[in-house]
Amino acid sequence: MTEQTTPENLGIGTDEWVAQHEKRLSRRAGLLGIVDFLNQKVSPLVRYLLLAIFAVGFGALVHNLYLLRIAANLAVFLALTLGLNVVMGFAGLLDLGFVAFFGFGAYAYALTSSAQLNQHWPTYLSVPAIVITTAFLGYLVSLPSRRLFGDYLAIVTLFFGQVFIQLIISSDSITFPGHEDSVDITGGSNGIPGLDQFKLFGYTFKTITDYYWLLLVVVALLLVAITRVDRTRVGRAWRTVREDPLASQSMGIKVNNLKMLAFIVGAAIAGLCGTIYAAIQNAVFINGFDMPLLTLIYAAVILGGSGSIPGSILGAFVMSVLPEILRVQNYSEILFLTVLILAVAALSKGWKRFGFNASLVILLGLLVKVISSALSLATTPTSTWAVGPVSKALKYWLLMPANRILWGNIAFVLLIALIANYSIAKERVKFYLLPLIAFIAIFVWEVRLVIEPNTTRQLIIGMMLVVLMIVRPQGFLGKTRVEVL
Amino acid sequence: MTTPLLTLENVDTYYGAIHILQNLSLTVNEGELVCLLGGNACGKSTTLKTALGMVSPKNGKITFAGEDVTNKNTSVRVKLGIAVVPENRRLFGPMTVLENLKIGAYVRGEADPADLERVFELFPKLKDRQSQLAGTLSGGEQQMVAVGRALMSRPRLLLMDEPSMGLSPRLVEQSFEMIAGLHQQGISMLVVEQNANMALSVADRGYVLQTGRIVLEGKASDLAGHEELRRAYLGR
Ligand SMILES: Nc1ncnc2c1ncn2[C@@H]1O[C@H](COP(=O)(O)OP(=O)(O)O)[C@@H](O)[C@H]1O
Ligand SMILES: [Mg+2]
Repeated sequence: MTEQTTPENLGIGTDEWVAQHEKRLSRRAGLLGIVDFLNQKVSPLVRYLLLAIFAVGFGALVHNLYLLRIAANLAVFLALTLGLNVVMGFAGLLDLGFVAFFGFGAYAYALTSSAQLNQHWPTYLSVPAIVITTAFLGYLVSLPSRRLFGDYLAIVTLFFGQVFIQLIISSDSITFPGHEDSVDITGGSNGIPGLDQFKLFGYTFKTITDYYWLLLVVVALLLVAITRVDRTRVGRAWRTVREDPLASQSMGIKVNNLKMLAFIVGAAIAGLCGTIYAAIQNAVFINGFDMPLLTLIYAAVILGGSGSIPGSILGAFVMSVLPEILRVQNYSEILFLTVLILAVAALSKGWKRFGFNASLVILLGLLVKVISSALSLATTPTSTWAVGPVSKALKYWLLMPANRILWGNIAFVLLIALIANYSIAKERVKFYLLPLIAFIAIFVWEVRLVIEPNTTRQLIIGMMLVVLMIVRPQGFLGKTRVEVL
Repeated sequence: MTTPLLTLENVDTYYGAIHILQNLSLTVNEGELVCLLGGNACGKSTTLKTALGMVSPKNGKITFAGEDVTNKNTSVRVKLGIAVVPENRRLFGPMTVLENLKIGAYVRGEADPADLERVFELFPKLKDRQSQLAGTLSGGEQQMVAVGRALMSRPRLLLMDEPSMGLSPRLVEQSFEMIAGLHQQGISMLVVEQNANMALSVADRGYVLQTGRIVLEGKASDLAGHEELRRAYLGR
């Protein structure tokens, strides 16, 4: 006798795919499985809470001024990244003049709070006034750009950024009509030193710790505000403007006005960051507001995933902490190996395979060493190796040829070629390619890159972006791009 | 008793120097379902864009609900009660179904839960799929979202640009059933179609467009029996 199927177990009225959603949520094997697990099980609120606890704990426990300064700079950088994320991530505008607004805020604070023009405005007046003025400047810049998008907007804003720099540099000797002497307004390339400290609610911000706490509050408020906006009608409309401006317009959305709004909000945030940054530095110099900073902020937004707020946080962390770590050779070595091991673990798809791959790498190293000594090839004496603890451990395993530069270069080219081919290789080839790439990467690092930290820093950041672009074009935490066909 | 809702009077629309709509006049009365038929690239979408204010005509006059909207922008017209289901649906792919629906209500402010409920009543399937990304839906489901999105602004007139495009024959039938259903609920509609048979079977009146000119107009039943039209469009 067959069992009667009732409407319930036929699933009528429910959407099958949706009903099975939980079951179909698959997790990948190995390290990526852990990432998936955290992604699915740890709610955003918990993540933000953990972050907040960490940030507060850092401020309370750490008294190392160098670390606090890095943390404060990171906070400014994070706020800037969040601002650019509104302009570029939410509304999709390529604003290459973004750092000029940051610079404008900083210079405006310097001029209203120093002996330069003999102005010493109270903070509660100067900062809001500067934020509003920067927003207005953003409005002015967006006026000619309001009908522009893509490349054209990029050119106009790029031009604006450069004009700003030239104006600051050349405003150190201005002669007003009716006056004999020229006046130095911006200090030209010498900048403006000796700025007033922030003074709020009767409290004067003296130490970097004070500013750290202030920045923590500012970043928290910004995060709350931007997250909220993202979920409102305007936030949604921004995304439609980014995705499909024509369809957006056909829904009755005023596309140009929304673009301008994003632009202005971004400018205001950058202006605010500028004032705090200037106060922390106690001085302003024009070279802090040029291309290198812009590149870093863009890298942070893109790395984290354009349009994603958690992505911006992650991107800002990576882009501001990474260069600091890479400055110290020991740290950079450890970081490099950690990232390499994590990468191999992630690509191994399962812990067993990871163990296999790791053993293969170790075997490969020993094999090369044994073969080279059997052929009695010339090697660099171990005493002249780099001094890092990792290098010390590696010398029993890794071959160090006599002509480091030559072999390093050859291996480097080989490495790039292999990596470039990895993503298009067949599964079976990948199986053997992965340990090989890992080994060559360690070789290149120890033989060549360790002795040139400056080049290495740039190279690593650049490579990271390239690899990410191939593996995950939408950035770490960006939503998968879905094409509507 | 027939009050005109949308009128285009002697409209000339250009793209740059190219003259697309030529002295085009068209009316949709209150409560009517009008179809606009025509072959490829004859200016059907341009007519809808002109009505919605996405392109502005060089000459002519456009009125909606008795108001002259010739110089009003799209936002104003949507607020007055025109909504569109664009060609190829044009959903916002990386946004969820719910977000897409809410965007439809943009001109009215934050979306009204009652409006959402109404859409979900019409398309129960969407209720289960609220949080799915619109770009990952099937063609038929995307169609539902596009129609739901348009309805979220509580339109008095719904413009539909080739609703049957890219759908399987069965879905085309369903989609026209839905159009007839909406019409019965009292929504006025201007439906652009290449599928003349289907369109005429649900419409009250129809216009036939050829290279930017209206060449034929009349009651749907008359058009369905029209010899020339039959030869040109229906005889496939
Ligand atoms: N944005 C535009 N710029 C220039 N020409 C256009 C534009 N949009 C449509 N056209 C042209 O106008 C004509 C009518 O287009 P359209 O109204 O989209 O036709 P259809 O009847 O297929 O909807 C076509 O020849 C098309 O190439
Ligand atoms: Mg068309």
